[in-house]
Amino acid sequence: MSKSFDAIIIGGGHNGLVTASYLAKAGLKPLVVEAGDQLGGCAVTREFAPGFRSSAVAHLLHALHPRVVADLGLEGQGLRGLCKPVGTGLLLPEGRRIDITHDAAATAASIGAVSKADAEAYPRVMARLGKLATALGTFLTRTPPNPAIAQNDFQTKLALGMFALQLRMLGKKDMLELTRILTMNVADLANDHFESDAIKGLLSFEATLGVYLGPRSPNTVFNLLYRLSSFGKHGMGGLYQPLGGMGAVAEALAKAARAAGADIRLQAPVERILIEKEQAVGVVLQGGEEIRAPIVASSADPQRTLLKLVPPGELDTEFLKRIRHLRMNGCVAKLHLALDGLPTGVTQSDGRLVIAPSINYVERAFDCAKYGRVADHPALEVTFPSLADPGLAPAGKHVASILFQYAPYKLRETPPAVVREQVLDRTLATLEQAMPGLAAKVTAAEVLTPHDLENRFGLSGGQWHQGEVTLDQMFFLRPAAQFQQYRMPIPGLWLCGAGAHPGGNVSGAAGANAAREIIKARKNGR
Amino acid sequence: MTHVQHLKPFLRKTPFFEPIDRLMHGNGWIRWMGYYSPAFFDSEQSEYFATRHGASVYDVSPLIKYAIRGKDAARFANYLVTRDLTKVKPMQAAYTAWCDDDGKMIEEGTIFRLGENDFILNAALHQLHWLDESAYGFDVEIEEISDQLAGLSLQGPTSREILQQMGVQGIEKLPHFGIMETTVDGHWLRIDRAGFTGDLGYELWVKPQDGIWLWETLFRIGDPYKIAPMGSQALDWLRIEAGFILVDADYTGSHHALRPTSRVSPFEAGIGWCVGLKKDAYFVGKRALRAEKEKGLSRHILIGIEVEGRKPAPGSFLYADRAGKQEIGITTSAMWSPGLKKNIAFAKVPPSFVKPGTQMWIEIWYPKEHKIERSMVKCWAANRMFYDPPRKKA
Repeated sequence: MSKSFDAIIIGGGHNGLVTASYLAKAGLKPLVVEAGDQLGGCAVTREFAPGFRSSAVAHLLHALHPRVVADLGLEGQGLRGLCKPVGTGLLLPEGRRIDITHDAAATAASIGAVSKADAEAYPRVMARLGKLATALGTFLTRTPPNPAIAQNDFQTKLALGMFALQLRMLGKKDMLELTRILTMNVADLANDHFESDAIKGLLSFEATLGVYLGPRSPNTVFNLLYRLSSFGKHGMGGLYQPLGGMGAVAEALAKAARAAGADIRLQAPVERILIEKEQAVGVVLQGGEEIRAPIVASSADPQRTLLKLVPPGELDTEFLKRIRHLRMNGCVAKLHLALDGLPTGVTQSDGRLVIAPSINYVERAFDCAKYGRVADHPALEVTFPSLADPGLAPAGKHVASILFQYAPYKLRETPPAVVREQVLDRTLATLEQAMPGLAAKVTAAEVLTPHDLENRFGLSGGQWHQGEVTLDQMFFLRPAAQFQQYRMPIPGLWLCGAGAHPGGNVSGAAGANAAREIIKARKNGR
Repeated sequence: MTHVQHLKPFLRKTPFFEPIDRLMHGNGWIRWMGYYSPAFFDSEQSEYFATRHGASVYDVSPLIKYAIRGKDAARFANYLVTRDLTKVKPMQAAYTAWCDDDGKMIEEGTIFRLGENDFILNAALHQLHWLDESAYGFDVEIEEISDQLAGLSLQGPTSREILQQMGVQGIEKLPHFGIMETTVDGHWLRIDRAGFTGDLGYELWVKPQDGIWLWETLFRIGDPYKIAPMGSQALDWLRIEAGFILVDADYTGSHHALRPTSRVSPFEAGIGWCVGLKKDAYFVGKRALRAEKEKGLSRHILIGIEVEGRKPAPGSFLYADRAGKQEIGITTSAMWSPGLKKNIAFAKVPPSFVKPGTQMWIEIWYPKEHKIERSMVKCWAANRMFYDPPRKKA
């Protein structure tokens, strides 16, 4: 391989592919090196049992940024046709359920059966939260400013100014409401607006998904707003089930990257970043092959990139400490079930089912995690991707793809191997109540604990977002203060994954922002 | 002066406590890193002159010592400190600074290279936490060995002869900043040729249980060579003459600076020469220090000044003009040098004033007949190493 490259992108996850596409479109020659045999990183579709396939980690799409979709021409790669909008069904005790769909009247009727007041409040409150989230979401595709305002270039200052203006344009009431709730816990917010345990439970679940926080922990409203920001114009407008699994999205991204002129190498695990004279000049693959390029952009998480791939002795002590201390305690386990048939209570139109019947239910599940144990009664998000795409399972059979919250990475006494058993047992026990007869239909199961996610997908701490999405780890603090503009301390080294602003979800925003900064730096000769 | 009366139940005694206590005329004990340490024995003048004309003995046991060993010790030590340690061979020592991420000095001290991957770092303040954090990713073992070595600093023109008479083979061949290990009368002894006085001198390290033997041997053999015990007050004079800076006197260590702006870089502390910007490997703070050097970001430099008259100028303000309209700096250490017969000080001044000979004005307040009087006199930038006899390195 004597071809020369302008940039090497470590990791063929969605952000890596997005960065590669943007760089290629700007006329650079990027090479993506992916450790595995499949592109997509955490956005892949894998066979977990003979004939049964499922999205390996992320399973619902909502955050893919419209600008990324437009810039890379993803619709031309068949993206829209790949996705089916899904609603949310709340499974409640005693076989009751609430269905929240795009049909406002049906949703109101469904909630109304539990609480009239909540049926009225739900669309109003969610619209208001959505409005606030959308205002915040403006910064998803912007480079975070340097807190020393004078050090920012004109574009960043302008973006910051526009951002401030946008918050002001919310109006006095909404802006005050935003400042009130931004750091708050979701339980208090839910109690402000709703009376039924069911809706409060749903909100608690949405706000804690993917963070090591319970509904009564501060910062959970921020996580909720972060998630909601993709439900408006800064995302896809709702939840989507990707047909063919999340891997289909990665394929569309890979196609776009290749079409733009990016090279991609699979099974090319990077052993370390090659640093000469304190500059990143390429990568060394496991096996010793050296590939050189003046730009190295890593879509691996900050800990993997800066603590493992950068050899010791190239970064400063306090910076490394900051990176070591990033909160990366993954607490979501992923389950895949191969089913003989659909369990009772699941209909053909079901998209996403949530079991989180109250604030206390979620809080108690978190209590277990807090003390380093797997939740006794987990909050679950269940999807049956084979409903939308029967091709994922053999004829007449089904696949369930489940998020299990909480199974913490940091365990006190439970050995990681036992976690797998516990997650499966407790999931089946919980589902058996909501969908009687399900357990009998399970022919095969796969559990991916945070430890498995770390080993298989290279996610430090098994953290989905490459660092928990909390205020102190977001915006100009992601991954660390003064290093928020994708440029790492070592010249030539960039971060282009979810560990950089704006963080996780299959959005591509981090990859796009990083590419923009890389191109800008190249133009300015820095 | 730290009074030790109320600390007596807590202070520890070095192996030299008993002989020192017997020789001490006044209440000269102060505390140093939790140990009793002598500030003076009789008068600091006599101790000072003993060092410059005979030999003095100062108990350096309370210094904090860290052993750095293991497969990556050489790489780690070179990453930790600003000096280029690839140029320091085994059995050599080097004076160096170590910095935080921003290139601000945490402290400076001496690092001893005993073997390829075997170092001892001497520090005035506790550094274990910093060393441990910096060692992330390196295969090294860091151990505080402060209690495992007792040390005496033997300084002065007759120090070499005393060691020769003691039977230390090959001491005359030990170069400046060299280290040797030997056995005398069956006692293990490590000697390095360094010190804090700027004179010919050695530091002698023994196992704690051999401390009394060392002390008694030195004073028995050193008697005809005008050997004398010394306290830290005389040492302070000696180190100012020699141009050596002291943490928390001449600069604030970056880890206990109250404001980020009060931290200083090695360039600002006037020890830019021990920043190995050209060294092959990265070290903590290098990017920041390179930027400071290349962009000329140093705010002030610690220099030596010679002051008109005989009134010492501690904590005195420096001005560009006689009228005192343009304040430019302050002195951090100052003394009347009895040996040089000069009024000297360290002062931090803007980079444009550091060239030796640059004239400035200094405002000195001094007591006179129960009144405080002020004088505004001239001073000149000077080489901070006021005293540098050929014998130091010969």
